[in-house]
Amino acid sequence: MTKPMTLYLSIWRQPNAKTPGKLIQYTVTDVSPAMSFLEMLDQLNRDLVRKGETPIEFDSDCREGICGTCGLVVNGIAHGPERATTVCQLHMRHFKDGDAITIEPWRAKAFPIVKDLVVDRGAFDRIVASGGYISVNTGAAPDAAAILISKEMADLAMDAAACIGCGACVAACPNASASLFVGAFLSKFALLPQGQPERKQRAQRMVSQMDAEGFGGCSNIGECEAVCPKEISLSTIARMRRDLWKALF
Amino acid sequence: MQNFYLGAWSSIGKKFLMGFTGLLLAAFVTLHLLGNLTILLGKGEAFNQYAHALERMQWLVVAMEIGLAAVFLIHIVAAVFFVLGNRTARPLSYQKVATAGNPSRKSASSATMIYTGVLLLAFTVSHLKTFKFGPGMAQGYAVQLHGETVRDLYRLVVEIFSNKWYVIGYVVAMILLGFHLRHGFWSAFQSLGVYHPRFTPAIRALGVSLAVALAFGFVFLPLWVYVRSAQFGSVALHPLAAVVHYFSGVAQ
Repeated sequence: MTKPMTLYLSIWRQPNAKTPGKLIQYTVTDVSPAMSFLEMLDQLNRDLVRKGETPIEFDSDCREGICGTCGLVVNGIAHGPERATTVCQLHMRHFKDGDAITIEPWRAKAFPIVKDLVVDRGAFDRIVASGGYISVNTGAAPDAAAILISKEMADLAMDAAACIGCGACVAACPNASASLFVGAFLSKFALLPQGQPERKQRAQRMVSQMDAEGFGGCSNIGECEAVCPKEISLSTIARMRRDLWKALF
Repeated sequence: MQNFYLGAWSSIGKKFLMGFTGLLLAAFVTLHLLGNLTILLGKGEAFNQYAHALERMQWLVVAMEIGLAAVFLIHIVAAVFFVLGNRTARPLSYQKVATAGNPSRKSASSATMIYTGVLLLAFTVSHLKTFKFGPGMAQGYAVQLHGETVRDLYRLVVEIFSNKWYVIGYVVAMILLGFHLRHGFWSAFQSLGVYHPRFTPAIRALGVSLAVALAFGFVFLPLWVYVRSAQFGSVALHPLAAVVHYFSGVAQ
């Protein structure tokens, strides 16, 4: 058994959206390398509660890397240093005894802070509500061979549909752009036959809503692709741009 | 109206304008370098002839200049508003900033586009003032070429680049151009929606090669003119030439 670690954390504390926040120093002891990053925070919170202090708020749900609820910026990188990994699936074995770790929330005007490390990602829901659906009831799953879809297309659509909407792309983007999220969302429809009838208006509506929410624009830096726990490709952003242009001309 | 806004002024529209005009500008600087290479031929006849050939096109060259100015303007205006919009999208910065590494393309080139862009704009203004709107035939910069009196642009170039500080300024500006193009070239294609798993790596490689080739070419020419004029003392026309001789003497 590897010996337990002591870590020096700087964590963003902010009581609510209106009050300015700041980094507070905490020391957490007895961290097992087998713990996940969130379990390490659970341990810190347990200590804080025992001392009568307010525990640190952070979002999590499945803790299996598939729901998209958790999200922390760890040492300047959304979801931390491991590629294709949500912060709940990041394990403490990737850190060393005595490490200093800075933990911040997703930062974007469109993601206002609720408390501490929890942000309101309602902007994503409003983008989806603006057009990220198929308007008619398409019924139950069709016969396997009724609509032919090539393996390549099915794979690309599935890759795009893997987006869990965690918002790491926005958090990592120097411009706080939601382009990778919107690109992935548009792509999963655009690559399949059922998505074709509303393809153009979907692009128009979702892009309009994305801008209206106050996200920045994409300058093709690709930091989003590097932090995405589902490794969504920048090709989805190019597809979004093509679809928008096809919609206009 | 809604469509026009989305097409030209949404976050995607502005990038489309920047990408499209950026590629036109990249094509222009490539042609500009190829034209400038005539400096290396002979003792200025080829370069003066090339400059005169452009002037002889009269309205056509004026039309191209107006088009080029418009392209420049669209590129700059779209970029400035794009960046201003992005600045408001994250009111509070991170205390700690890092890059997640490959496949991220965050680099000294991609993260400084607006700064290299502003510096290149300042350079362009100074460059036009020095050469395009610099001394011409009325100021005595005239030479006989195939029985015709034409502007002696070659003499102006040689005089300007016999000044060490001009050379340093140009070299720095052209390295910045290389940085701008390194990210700008492939980024323009991505902004236009051109992405392909097989071709995009090739476009990126082409962008890097173009950036290096253009920066190298534009850095080489003023250095070549400077070294030649200092070495052979063939340009004693300019008061600064004496200074250059002094410094080249010190350097040896």
